[in-house]
Amino acid sequence: MADIALAPRRAKTEIREASAWDQLRHNKNWLGFWFMLPAMAFLIFFLAYPLGLGVWLSFTDTRIGRVGHFIGTENYEWLWDDSIFWLSVFNTLLYTSIASAIKFAVGLYLALLLNERMPFKALLRAAVLIPFIVPTVLSALAFWWIFDSQFSIISWSLKHLGLITQNINFLGDTTWARICVIFANIWRGVPFVAITLLAGLQTVQPSLYEAATLDGASRWQMFRFITYPLLTPIIAVVMTFSVLFTFTDFQLIWAMTRGGPVNATHLMATLSYQRAIIAGQLGEGAAISSAMIPFLLAAIMVSWFGLQRRKWQQGESND
Amino acid sequence: MSSVQIRDVRKSFGNFEVLHGVSIPIEDGEFVVLVGPSGCGKSTLLRMLAGLENITSGTISIGDRVVNNVQPKERDIAMVFQNYALYPHMTVADNMGFSLKLRGAKPEEISTGVKRAAEILALTPLLERYPRQLSGGQRQRVAMGRAIVRDPQVFLFDEPLSNLDAKLRVAMRTEIKELHQRLKTTTVYVTHDQIEAMTMADKIVVMHDGIVEQMGSPLELYDTPANQFVAGFIGSPAMNFLKGNVKVNGAAYFEGPNGVKLPLKSAPANSDGKPAVYGVRPEHFTIADDGAEAEIVVVEPTGSETQVFAKLGGEQVVAVFRERHLFNPGDKVRLKPDPALVHLFDDSTGKRLNG
Repeated sequence: MADIALAPRRAKTEIREASAWDQLRHNKNWLGFWFMLPAMAFLIFFLAYPLGLGVWLSFTDTRIGRVGHFIGTENYEWLWDDSIFWLSVFNTLLYTSIASAIKFAVGLYLALLLNERMPFKALLRAAVLIPFIVPTVLSALAFWWIFDSQFSIISWSLKHLGLITQNINFLGDTTWARICVIFANIWRGVPFVAITLLAGLQTVQPSLYEAATLDGASRWQMFRFITYPLLTPIIAVVMTFSVLFTFTDFQLIWAMTRGGPVNATHLMATLSYQRAIIAGQLGEGAAISSAMIPFLLAAIMVSWFGLQRRKWQQGESND
Repeated sequence: MSSVQIRDVRKSFGNFEVLHGVSIPIEDGEFVVLVGPSGCGKSTLLRMLAGLENITSGTISIGDRVVNNVQPKERDIAMVFQNYALYPHMTVADNMGFSLKLRGAKPEEISTGVKRAAEILALTPLLERYPRQLSGGQRQRVAMGRAIVRDPQVFLFDEPLSNLDAKLRVAMRTEIKELHQRLKTTTVYVTHDQIEAMTMADKIVVMHDGIVEQMGSPLELYDTPANQFVAGFIGSPAMNFLKGNVKVNGAAYFEGPNGVKLPLKSAPANSDGKPAVYGVRPEHFTIADDGAEAEIVVVEPTGSETQVFAKLGGEQVVAVFRERHLFNPGDKVRLKPDPALVHLFDDSTGKRLNG
């Protein structure tokens, strides 16, 4: 009690000569800084530092077991003339664009379907999530079997139906291999898109559809004029994430094809891993990884504009 | 404009029937208010009229046409929703013109229609705004504008004022009534607020538990409620009910709780000793020497009138006086109901007994 009674008087004298240390301890702005510190430290150590290190490595000739020297842009010049690198860039763009587009279409379709009234709705919604919760490597192994050149269930079924006479060499043929990995990626990615868009759909007030019904809108017009515009903000978010995840995909490819056949399914991430870790050329691998940055930045820029609050979202809400 | 006929309409959700045969005739240009406590089926009935709910049995006709199986957009009705249901990503003008756009109207046609409605509702300066940038009252007007643009046969309002604050509600009430007087479009208006019903309606339909308790003009319902439910629902503060027996001992009177003697103008035939419910509106009490003794519990002055809560024969009653009586809690007063204005209801069925 006595302490409390005395404290104000002591504080008064201190106010006049508050040290910098006191400021750091009591100032509100600094307090905010202290609270931010753990998160900041986490981000710096686990995101900014590896990113910085990766970029730095790309300018060196580091190999596993040997400290590298700064060699300027030599790694990049080397890559510029490397046809396999360009093939991986092409593969990555192809993989990302086709898989993302189909994931969006299928995801949106599923979300609209799951938003309808139907029996076993909760069960179906849970079932949609299954591809998402199975570990990537596990599902990749399953696809590996499904697309196996000898034991593929697809080949087996088609043969029994009399549609083909020989097994399809799914992962051995360049075109088939690309189709297969894209299919596997879509299978894994659709739940994320579908469930997120479903969440978005559920924020649309049912009375808007009733109003549109009375205004004379057909089902398609309701989608075109009500659902789709109201969903655009969430579509921007979910597709940005989807594109980023697909662009940087590694696990699925590595487990299914390791980039083969003849590099037809090598993505930038898998090529980088192969050069840096398998072949030990850390500098070159880092350069391939760093080359992804401009593409990712471009994707983020697109989403930046997509994510900006639309005019109709601005203004105060008093509901 | 058209008349609307609701004939023996029933509605079931699964095995659960929520409307048990409702019949309401609505004349051309009439302003009909469906009023009742929540769960009475009034909103369901309105949604059936709009075509948002199926009709289980019975018929609804708009004009000469039975609309049971007519698509909502073909019914030529417009509805104002409780939460306005404005499209948040469209400007006020686009919101109002949406139905015309869907109908395939030309841009000039749409803008003419929107402008006309905006002028009626003083929305012209707001046409380029988005719903989020509007106040509650403005949104309400846009919702009405959307209905007006369509120039429908019938306007439907589903509790349109319940999201507004008290002051705005009163202002919008007048505005809607004025709009109806101007456009003279048949209107069906759903509310749970009996004051809204009283002030706006040409005809009030009181609903309760899926049936129509009574319909009639506001003052008919106020003066001669058909049953105890309507009597208690219409009027604020609500009517006082006292249980007791009718006595015809020379002059008729009513013996209330604890033997309180209350005046009756006349007793219904063969009602001597019959148990009944005596109803008196708070505003029909006067202070008189020959009144029944009551003890004041709470006095609530509102300025224009004074509400007095008192114990009459042990039962709490409320009386409203225009005069400024200076009462204190605990005071004894003599309250006398106006015998010409009291109501008598059957004790078991709740039906009105006096004429």
